[in-house]
Amino acid sequence: MGLYEQIGGEAAVNAAVDVFYRKVLKDDRIKRFFDGIDMDKQHTKQKAFLTMAFGGPNNYTGLDMRKGHAHLVERGLNDSHFDAVMENLAATLTELKVPANLISQAAAIAESTRKDVLGK
Amino acid sequence: MPKIVFGGQSFESGTASVLDSLTAHGISVPSSCRSGLCQACLMRAVKGRVPRAAQNGLKSTLVSTHHFLACSCYPEEDMEVALPDQMNTLAARVTGRESLSANVLSIRLRPDRHFDYVAGQFVRLYIDETTSRPYSLASVPGLDEELELHVRRVPDGKVSGWIFDELRAGDTVKISEAMGNCIYVPGQSQQNLLLIGTGSGLAPLYCIAREALSKGHTGTIGIYHGSRNRSELYFVEQMRAIAKKHSNLRYVPCVSEGDMVPDCAWGMAPDVALVDHPDLSGWKVFLCGNADMVKAAQHKAFLAGASMRDIHADPF
Repeated sequence: MGLYEQIGGEAAVNAAVDVFYRKVLKDDRIKRFFDGIDMDKQHTKQKAFLTMAFGGPNNYTGLDMRKGHAHLVERGLNDSHFDAVMENLAATLTELKVPANLISQAAAIAESTRKDVLGK
Repeated sequence: MPKIVFGGQSFESGTASVLDSLTAHGISVPSSCRSGLCQACLMRAVKGRVPRAAQNGLKSTLVSTHHFLACSCYPEEDMEVALPDQMNTLAARVTGRESLSANVLSIRLRPDRHFDYVAGQFVRLYIDETTSRPYSLASVPGLDEELELHVRRVPDGKVSGWIFDELRAGDTVKISEAMGNCIYVPGQSQQNLLLIGTGSGLAPLYCIAREALSKGHTGTIGIYHGSRNRSELYFVEQMRAIAKKHSNLRYVPCVSEGDMVPDCAWGMAPDVALVDHPDLSGWKVFLCGNADMVKAAQHKAFLAGASMRDIHADPF
């Protein structure tokens, strides 16, 4: 069984997305990047991100990640902000009582996008 | 084999998705992930049943207004589809007009053909081919025979000024089909509802509340309607009368400028509502009116615990 199934599939994404997005919006280190955005669209993107991190079905490429975050890199998005998102991801999964070995697998997938997200 | 109709063109869908069929015929539809996640390829079915899988992950309001994801839609029967902001227009005769306050007017309309809508939606009203504005419907299908619009006069407003000064009973106007996200979807009659609006944003809230009550809603329904001053609030007595009849409905008119008014709360409507209801976990929230208010209130309602899928907003 793959990570996505072990973690609970779409139901797990739905359970996690509000918790995760709320943590991100409350995080003083990164919340400014979300000022004035369309919250519904952002919420959908958060779901897509979590689906990817949980090893679920997605067609995102490194190029999509680069394009999607280029405007934020211009506004100063850097490693410290990426770290903050990684922390919020781990905290969300811990709160939802996801086993530690699955959390570290999801974190490894999210971590693999770092270079593309930060345009390096 | 099912047919797909789009903008007057018709073709066989084959085994491809609606997105691939349209793209293959040179029709450009926004898309990104192509796996039902990003919702960039959101479309609307004008006719024909939408396969359930094509609505996976959509908000209940989008599902009930026949929206679907083109990348995950494999038609099982003939479907006529449109982009979400592509709306047909129709003619409607003005059957009456009534002043509700110094700057809000009620317009009654009778469309020239069957008009499908849900309580809480709005239409665009056209004064010529290219100039239109959105106006809230204040009527509820099944409860009201005619359509009713609430029109707020905008200072120097081109369309609202024309409606106030020129439009008369007996005239014919062009309107769009109904659209909008602030609608009541039956099925969770015990869920608490928080309805916040400014200006003529009261109209959809009034419709949602009436629709919910007519469907036997038992959860709390809190309506917070805000204006700068008392004279800009309208429909106060009608709302109080409904609140009196239904113990689960609470109506709070809010005034945000100048002196306190005895029969109103003082402050911006979302702030007053959140003081009364600081924990919105499990609530459904509807926000209609001024775009800045709607955006700020959406943020606050989410941080107060409402789930994003339970927050419905129509800024205008």
